[in-house]
Amino acid sequence: MEDVGSIVAFWVLSVVTVGAALMVVAVRNLIHAVLFLILSFIGVAGLYITLSADFVAITQILIYAGAISVLILFAVMLTPRAARDNAETFLQLPGLVLAALVGVTVGAIALVTDWNEATRGPFSETAAAIGEALLDKYVLPFEIASVILLAAMVGAIVLVRED
Amino acid sequence: MIFLAEWWDVRDLGNAVGELLEWLGDHGPDWLPYTASALVGAITIVVFLLVSLLVFAWLERRLIGRIQARRGPNRVGPWGAFQSIADAIKFVTKEAITSANADRWVFWLAPILVVVPALVVFAVMPFNEGMILADLNVGVLFLVAVGSVTAIPIFMAGWSSNNKFSLMGAMREVAMLISYEIPLVLALLGVVIFTNTMRMNGIVGWQDEHNTWLIFLQPLAVLIYFIAGAVEINRTPTDIAEAESEIVAGYHTEYSGVKFGMFWLAEYFAGFAIAAIIATLYLGGWTLWGLEEWVPGWMIFLVKLYGLFWFFIWMRGTLPRLRIDQLMGFAWKALLPLALINIFFAGLEVLLWQENDLAAEAVLPGFAIANLVLAVVLIVAWAQLLGRGRPQYRPTRARLVKELGAVVYGEEA
Repeated sequence: MEDVGSIVAFWVLSVVTVGAALMVVAVRNLIHAVLFLILSFIGVAGLYITLSADFVAITQILIYAGAISVLILFAVMLTPRAARDNAETFLQLPGLVLAALVGVTVGAIALVTDWNEATRGPFSETAAAIGEALLDKYVLPFEIASVILLAAMVGAIVLVRED
Repeated sequence: MIFLAEWWDVRDLGNAVGELLEWLGDHGPDWLPYTASALVGAITIVVFLLVSLLVFAWLERRLIGRIQARRGPNRVGPWGAFQSIADAIKFVTKEAITSANADRWVFWLAPILVVVPALVVFAVMPFNEGMILADLNVGVLFLVAVGSVTAIPIFMAGWSSNNKFSLMGAMREVAMLISYEIPLVLALLGVVIFTNTMRMNGIVGWQDEHNTWLIFLQPLAVLIYFIAGAVEINRTPTDIAEAESEIVAGYHTEYSGVKFGMFWLAEYFAGFAIAAIIATLYLGGWTLWGLEEWVPGWMIFLVKLYGLFWFFIWMRGTLPRLRIDQLMGFAWKALLPLALINIFFAGLEVLLWQENDLAAEAVLPGFAIANLVLAVVLIVAWAQLLGRGRPQYRPTRARLVKELGAVVYGEEA
């Protein structure tokens, strides 16, 4: 974080990400909430770019802004009477407690951690390194994830199969 | 290349811009070259797209008129060539109505956002070796990521209009994009497997180095990408999201004036983007087996781009619109398995090539013939296989709806 550009980018992106995330819980309209969530995802992708994590940033847009958000939009559209109002819910208090716990945990870790500020070296390509790590060192988690996804897909097909 | 990197070399305008940026870097603050390059690139891309649009909006209607044995627009200017300008004036001067129950902000935002993905794609398009705004090392992935977010503005438009036809169009668009995204990505993966890079200039360079185009090595992938791309840009054979004989005008039913103009514009821009992607990844981009030494590379690129766009126009003029279930079934039952098999064979071939240290000149023609045979065999086999399936005349309820119908919809299961 030595040059002005990345500092400005960091603060702008942080404001966009956190502001959009706040709006997700604040707005009443569920579709608006989903749209703010997409904005928040894109902000996170921007933060990854400032960290020189190009592959992760693009994947963030592809998976979260492109796929997950469409999934949520579908879920909202297919739920009767869900699209119009983000009404009061009996889960308000548990939700607040959970959010507070998560916030405290993250904050505590951020305070406790001994941060090593790394100087930015020459920009290196990450895509090939990630690919090699996935198929070499972390091949077992990778394969387990793919088997779980396959099982989920088969399950979905069985559920909606006509008979 | 002789005279390489002289600023007056019109074969690569990137040299002139490079000189300018260097001069700005020497005589100005640090941030000036970055800002200037971003501005120059963005303005060039927008101007290029708008000029192409002005020409092709007229040319497309003339060509379709010719295909359908009628005249097409021929009143404004010589051969009707100023028709696009007349249309543009009409779009701007018409009233842009916002219907009373529309979700105003989203309704206003959607036509602006819908243009963005198609514009952003051109940031990673090499018009020539130096004429590229951002030569990302994850260029191909960037294209995929940008393509995946195009559904969101269209969904916003359809939902905010508060009109059932708009919403149906939007849902169709989103469902279609999800389905065709997968064969599209798998088709691009074949390119990356062969070239071993995701950088756009690297892919063009690989094709230049081996004196081949990837269309010869990946004929099936090109076909899959072409079909899936045609679906993504929502033009007539596959424009079920705005099928006017079924759902009025789909997601832009409620839009008028300049807001509708933005959707119309975005459709053309996306068409140019898909044509540019095919031209770069599969047809060698700005290279043409040495001709780029004499003719500016960006001209070669533009000829390829416009030629491919002409294919889209041809398709629009000759093919009838598909039904939504046919289109979705085609993606999942035909394109997806074919793309997977294609990827498998591409990977096998590259493995064979790299592990045995074979010479590229020796193996690539063999791969080309093998893949062409593979493509023909697979297409014929799949046509036979799917052709045997009987169309279902008695649609039955899915098991999930049978079991849970009473819970979800409050009715007897």
